[in-house]
Amino acid sequence: MKRIISFVLAFLMIAACFAFGGCAKQEAASTIKIGMQGPYTGSTAVYGLAVQTGARLYVDQLNKAGGINGKQVELIYYDNKGDDAEAINAFTRLVDEGITAFLGDVLTGNTLAVVAEAYPINMPMITASATAAEVTVNPDDGTVYTNVFRSCFIDPFQGEKMAQYAAEKLGVKTAAVIALTGDAYSAGLADAFVAKCAEVGIEVVAQEGYAVGDKDFNAQLTNIAAKNPDVVFCPNYYEDVGMIVTQARALGLDTTFLGGDGWGGVSEYASAEDLEGCLYCSAYAPGSTEEVRAFEAAYEEAYGQPVPNMFAPLAYDAAAVLCAAIAKAEESGAKTGSDEYKQAIIDAFRTEGPSVSGITSAGGYTFDENNNPIKDAVIMELVDGVETYKEVF
Amino acid sequence: MSVFSTILRQIINGLQSGSIYALVALGYSMVYGIIMLLNFAHGDIIMVGAYIAWLCMARFALNPVLAILFAIIGCVLLGVSIEKVAYKPLRNSPRISLLITAIGISFLLENAAQMIFGAGAQVIPPFFTVPSPSIGSVEIPGTAIVTIAVTALSMVALTLLIQKTKMGKAMRAVSEDTGAAQLMGININRTISFTFAIGSALAGIGSVLYCTAYPQATATMGSMLGLKAFVAAVLGGIGSIPGAMIGGFAIGLAEALVSAVGLSVWKDGVVFAILIIVLLVKPTGILGRSMTEKV
Repeated sequence: MKRIISFVLAFLMIAACFAFGGCAKQEAASTIKIGMQGPYTGSTAVYGLAVQTGARLYVDQLNKAGGINGKQVELIYYDNKGDDAEAINAFTRLVDEGITAFLGDVLTGNTLAVVAEAYPINMPMITASATAAEVTVNPDDGTVYTNVFRSCFIDPFQGEKMAQYAAEKLGVKTAAVIALTGDAYSAGLADAFVAKCAEVGIEVVAQEGYAVGDKDFNAQLTNIAAKNPDVVFCPNYYEDVGMIVTQARALGLDTTFLGGDGWGGVSEYASAEDLEGCLYCSAYAPGSTEEVRAFEAAYEEAYGQPVPNMFAPLAYDAAAVLCAAIAKAEESGAKTGSDEYKQAIIDAFRTEGPSVSGITSAGGYTFDENNNPIKDAVIMELVDGVETYKEVF
Repeated sequence: MSVFSTILRQIINGLQSGSIYALVALGYSMVYGIIMLLNFAHGDIIMVGAYIAWLCMARFALNPVLAILFAIIGCVLLGVSIEKVAYKPLRNSPRISLLITAIGISFLLENAAQMIFGAGAQVIPPFFTVPSPSIGSVEIPGTAIVTIAVTALSMVALTLLIQKTKMGKAMRAVSEDTGAAQLMGININRTISFTFAIGSALAGIGSVLYCTAYPQATATMGSMLGLKAFVAAVLGGIGSIPGAMIGGFAIGLAEALVSAVGLSVWKDGVVFAILIIVLLVKPTGILGRSMTEKV
């Protein structure tokens, strides 16, 4: 008896597959498919899920408002577990299912793997979170991957911004740097900061490094204190930053510390008075404007939890830019999914991007010659132990 | 700041981290001296101490003095029960079994802590605030002074305990010759438990001092600290108590020196290079007794 039931169930399941498959085919003409993927399980799932929920929020809102050109937008997403081979498999599958554009990938490594597949077929692509420069430019010969765009900053950008900010707004003359040696993010920001300092007339008096897992920074901070800089640039993640700032204050190093978006959440990791007046740049300022608050409310209503990190709003913006570009391509009258259609989307990133007022870039998305967005950074200040929106720079 | 004051400050940095290494190294050395065991779980006892302090202060909002007491008592209880549960049944087994058990206990503690408290760091509120006095133009962190002073006091107390008390005498006797000590009427089990208790209490003190200097508790914080203290114990001569102190301060100063000249990334490398050199050149360490292996 059990066996018969299991056969029947198996048959029903197979039948169901065909049935739903059939539905999808019939719908194909009236929907626009956008592919997505990311790590939805595992240690980096927090980023993958933030990107997925952020993009879904925009697409759901768009569909509710009637979609694009009378067509609904369908997001298809697969878990790549943060693995490069899985990422390529998932991308191939998405292409087979007839996507017209791709929103992703999430992790830089996976994105590089997908770009290698997407560039030859000219698939329009926008990532919300891959920050490495080589995602849009081949580092060997300088070729720009014309089909790949992004809504987030690239690593060096934050370093340059903070150097400019220090020179223009804080009137800084000397600076010191302490970064995690060999780490692409931390060292990338530090190098860009130092390079920009030379341009804007800040003298870098000390450059210190440390290794992964270090807890004692007294020796490096003593060296920095000996040079008495106006500011210390500390582009690291919040746990290290908390430790560094606390130890610096104990040594009597009272200068302002500056950092990048890895600082988000630092207020939990050092005392309010130690952090007072420190500044960092970020892509996203929670609760800063009317639009941002509306986005946050919509997110909380849709998913029952607050915005987890800046990648949700960045993905929301990426989806907005992508849908604006698709809308333009629809107007051109090219057949959905054809080569001309894809090229029309890619061209439209540049023409439509600037008029998309995003959550993380109210001034729109203008792309430079390397397809990186030119947008303002948000400067956050630590006031009474709270990470407070200071200004857009 | 003048070159002189920078050097002075770097020396104080070295002494501060060296103090903590010395306290942990003492625990290694005492246990090794008495049952010939490299207790690799020793560093993780410090981690547990840090989490106890965090629980007391951040969760239950207890007085810092109580938190310190609980952390030390918790470490002692943990150290003694590890000895009773894991090491005592193996006392007559080959030494390699004991060593592997110690590594197993270390993994058990680390992963249990990660499961209970999560992989992220927990921030420990400051135990006390000490004003930072200045010598000339050099401001000396109050925590550094407290750390060095507490370590010095602990060492004096430990030396008195070992040299002047009956229990200390028993400990020395057991480490000299377990069998003969037993024949002389010394309670071996009690002496060994007492050694673990003292070693773990020092680890508890080390834990509190570590948390004043670096106020974050993570599940893996004990492993590197334990390894470096182990190097300190070997450098000083494992089994030797003054050796552990000298070794601890030497490692701390070496680290500060390496970082001060801008090679901070090589800090760990230098520490382990010291271990290799000591093992090649003088395996018994600075103050270690040379032992003739019995055939």
